[in-house]
Amino acid sequence: MKIIMLKPSEATKPVSLWKPWSLLTSGLWVFALILTGFTPAHADGFADEVNRLPTVPMAEMEQTIGRLAHVQNPKVAEMLQAMHDGRLFYVKASGRMVFADTKDDGFKLTDALSGEALGVADRFEIKKIAVTNALRTVLDREIALLELNSTDVRLRMKSVKSVIQNPTPEAMALLAKQREIEKDGGVLEAINVALALADLSGKDKALRGKAIRLLEGNLNQDVRNRLSALQEKTDTGEYVEGDSEIRNLAAVALKKIEYKLELNHLAETLFFGLSLGAVLVLAAIGLAITFGVMGVINMAHGELMMLGAYTTYVVQLMMPNAIDYSLFVAIPAAFVITALVGIGIERGIIRFLYGRPLETLLATFGLSLILQQLVRSIFSPLNRSVSTPTWMSGSLEINSALTLTLNRFYIILFGLLVFWGLLMVLKRTRLGLEVRAVAQNRAMAKAMGIRTDWVDAMTFGLGSGIAGVAGVALSQLTNVGPNLGQAYIVDSFMVVVFGGVGNLWGTLVGGLTLGVADKILEPYAGTVLAKILMLLFIILFIQKRPRGLFPQKGRAAEG
Amino acid sequence: MKPLRNLQTIIALIAFLSLSLLYTANLRAEDTIKVGILHSLSGTMAISETTLKDTMLMLIEEQNKKGGLLGKKLEAVVVDPASNWPLFAEKARELLQKQKVAAIFGCWTSVSRKSVLPVVEELNGLLFYPVQYEGEESSKNVFYTGAAPNQQAIPAVDYLMNDLGVKRWVLAGTDYVYPRTTNKILEAYLKSKGVKEKDILINYTPFGHSDWQSIVADIKKFGSTGKKTAVVSTINGDANVPFYKELGNQGITADKLPVVAFSVGEEELSGIDTKPLVGHLAAWNYFMSVDTKENAEFIKKWHTFIKNPKRVTNDPMEAHYIGFNMWVKAVEKAGTTDTDAVAKALVGMEYPNLTGGLAKMNKAHHLSKPVLIGEIQDDGQFQTVWQTKGLVDGDAWSDYLPESKPIIADWTPPINCGNYNTKTKKCSGQKY
Repeated sequence: MKIIMLKPSEATKPVSLWKPWSLLTSGLWVFALILTGFTPAHADGFADEVNRLPTVPMAEMEQTIGRLAHVQNPKVAEMLQAMHDGRLFYVKASGRMVFADTKDDGFKLTDALSGEALGVADRFEIKKIAVTNALRTVLDREIALLELNSTDVRLRMKSVKSVIQNPTPEAMALLAKQREIEKDGGVLEAINVALALADLSGKDKALRGKAIRLLEGNLNQDVRNRLSALQEKTDTGEYVEGDSEIRNLAAVALKKIEYKLELNHLAETLFFGLSLGAVLVLAAIGLAITFGVMGVINMAHGELMMLGAYTTYVVQLMMPNAIDYSLFVAIPAAFVITALVGIGIERGIIRFLYGRPLETLLATFGLSLILQQLVRSIFSPLNRSVSTPTWMSGSLEINSALTLTLNRFYIILFGLLVFWGLLMVLKRTRLGLEVRAVAQNRAMAKAMGIRTDWVDAMTFGLGSGIAGVAGVALSQLTNVGPNLGQAYIVDSFMVVVFGGVGNLWGTLVGGLTLGVADKILEPYAGTVLAKILMLLFIILFIQKRPRGLFPQKGRAAEG
Repeated sequence: MKPLRNLQTIIALIAFLSLSLLYTANLRAEDTIKVGILHSLSGTMAISETTLKDTMLMLIEEQNKKGGLLGKKLEAVVVDPASNWPLFAEKARELLQKQKVAAIFGCWTSVSRKSVLPVVEELNGLLFYPVQYEGEESSKNVFYTGAAPNQQAIPAVDYLMNDLGVKRWVLAGTDYVYPRTTNKILEAYLKSKGVKEKDILINYTPFGHSDWQSIVADIKKFGSTGKKTAVVSTINGDANVPFYKELGNQGITADKLPVVAFSVGEEELSGIDTKPLVGHLAAWNYFMSVDTKENAEFIKKWHTFIKNPKRVTNDPMEAHYIGFNMWVKAVEKAGTTDTDAVAKALVGMEYPNLTGGLAKMNKAHHLSKPVLIGEIQDDGQFQTVWQTKGLVDGDAWSDYLPESKPIIADWTPPINCGNYNTKTKKCSGQKY
């Protein structure tokens, strides 16, 4: 049987929880599992252990968790998970153990043992069972063991991955058993990897060779580390691994892994670049309308984005219990608010300054300072905290070496969506038609009966509204503070000028190109130098093609 | 035109009124002692510095309730250098020459301190600087109440190395003088402990950096070799939020790859969604969560003064608290606000830390403080996981850099020098 052949692993990680008593209890438990299947016994000592937690000193916490994890009770995993997530509290007055979840300003309590709802409590009435990083590691390990035979595939996968990193004999025995009954292909593969890694550190040469062949091309980080550990030399120049055959096998496997990693790394860089590009496009596309189509240099564009970001903050303040949906409210709200502000700016300032770019520049710059100070006075100079909805946090795992962060992923999609929407507005609506007409030939448009000043106001409102929407997206990536806009205004102008003034497609291609180029340069040149190189490149490019990537054609463009 | 003439009258009236106000202010100035507060109330640094201005106002108000100082009332003179480094020097000059303040409490970034330094030395003023900094400086006119590198960075690295068994190091910082010098000291220190070049990764980013994707991916790659890796972060200000967010999104958790930060405190955390940060570390001399009688009292006073029970306290606030109280005691001891007499009385002065123990002003114008390492909790507070046995004495010149190793600062006779070379027995004056 497999279990017998397993040796305690000589892996890099120390197994500090390895105590005789836990070996005994866990051994018994495994035995019980094999014999009876998982039939939970009654809460023998479980409640006592849990109720003791508030009095356990930090130094003994690790042992206590170990003990708790081996009590046979169906609620053990839930209890440990709650402790890990910082949800396990006790009521100061009664010492009763509770799960607490934030609700409005207080905490919603549930009895940890009975599951009975206990209403809402103030944060001063309860105290958390404190956990540190070290304890979280222990908890992770124990939870992994408990959830190895969970009915949830994702939990099982998580368990197996955790076991790969903490290969204890106890865990290996459970894994080998799980392999016999595992139905899910992904989990089964992970289990095989874990067992192969255990075989690799064993003594049996045939098994080791087989293990390496199985691990060939596997992108798991632990696999690569273990294989490259086989290549290492000691300080005296001898190989750590004495068997040259195993060493060569490992070298071949490692080469394949490195090649695959390289490809994945390339894909990752491309993704980073596209996501940076999408942010640039979002920030610049509103400007492409006001600057590109109307020729107004609006230095307050960044502050309009800031207003959009603050709108998100206010919306979240108003719906604290529905953060997940807040963005869907914030996007239209930000659009309307910033569009109105934009129209106000156009009617109040810019329309008196058409044809005088320098004055417009100064006036809008002054306006940007006013808006910043306004926000500072209303919301305080401190950054505001905007929460990320749960569906936007975390990442999408393509394989062990390539994970795409969800927030960036959604922002790429959102950027494309906004671009498409704007294109449709300009191409398919009456407003779009009028905007294009006025941009091409103002006098002629006027002669055809178009109210050009109304169109100007609407165009500026549209550009500003898009800036507001971009602000909502930015609130998910960066700080929401009075200076948010300043960071993006130069980049936005850069993208518009590079892409070609007055051309939306130019902005899209320009933004994405700059994003990808920046991310390719960054690892070699560093953040600061990469930015300088980008600027240099644009200056040279503009020398060659003064009208950008996609110059506007026709007579109007010459004027 | 009639309306225009009206306007002129109004202007003349305003001018007259403000002149007379100034005159009365000058009259009143005779029986008050002025205290200058030099903190940015606008611009990027306003985030951190505004709180310190309020702290000073609270401390001054409290002292006045106790009957002022030397029989006179204290008067706060607040100026706004607007996060503009050269403006700090101008405002400091204004405070010392025009307002004739007895002492200045102010500055946050090292750049602003370096800009003020020549002015306070020229006009022989007093500056209390409350923020952790890179060391390699000691001025006769400046008292450093924040941490020197040996009171923050070095103990933090020791903790990571000895308690968490960290083998590989990422030193990430914002690109300016504090992170660069601190990282230089840390690199020298790590190498002296036998860490190899290839196990150290150094990275700098500009102020307010927000796109951390590739850097975090690099850190992840660097940390994936199986050896325990940690990030030592001197990233300053706003840039931290997107940094920690990106760490969370790329699945880097504190138990696998901890980040220890020197510039992230309670105030910075109060503007952040702290979920992705839980378990990451910070090293300071003060945490709001520290359970002492003095601290509880301080927090209570702060909440009453600021009229908001949700406001937090942080390390630089404690530094101002100690600095101000030491100054008050020194003025009382000297019986005058004269700079030289007060500076002399300040050396050797003791005052209780909020976190326990007596802070003592040493000969190099630095304090002795306890060093605490805390883990970030989901309520934006820190839980202390480690602390130095006793107090650590602030060392102006790092012992780990070869060029500053023989140098000491000692403002008592016979040395009386901020940059004294113990090998050549020469005082080379201040360099800035």
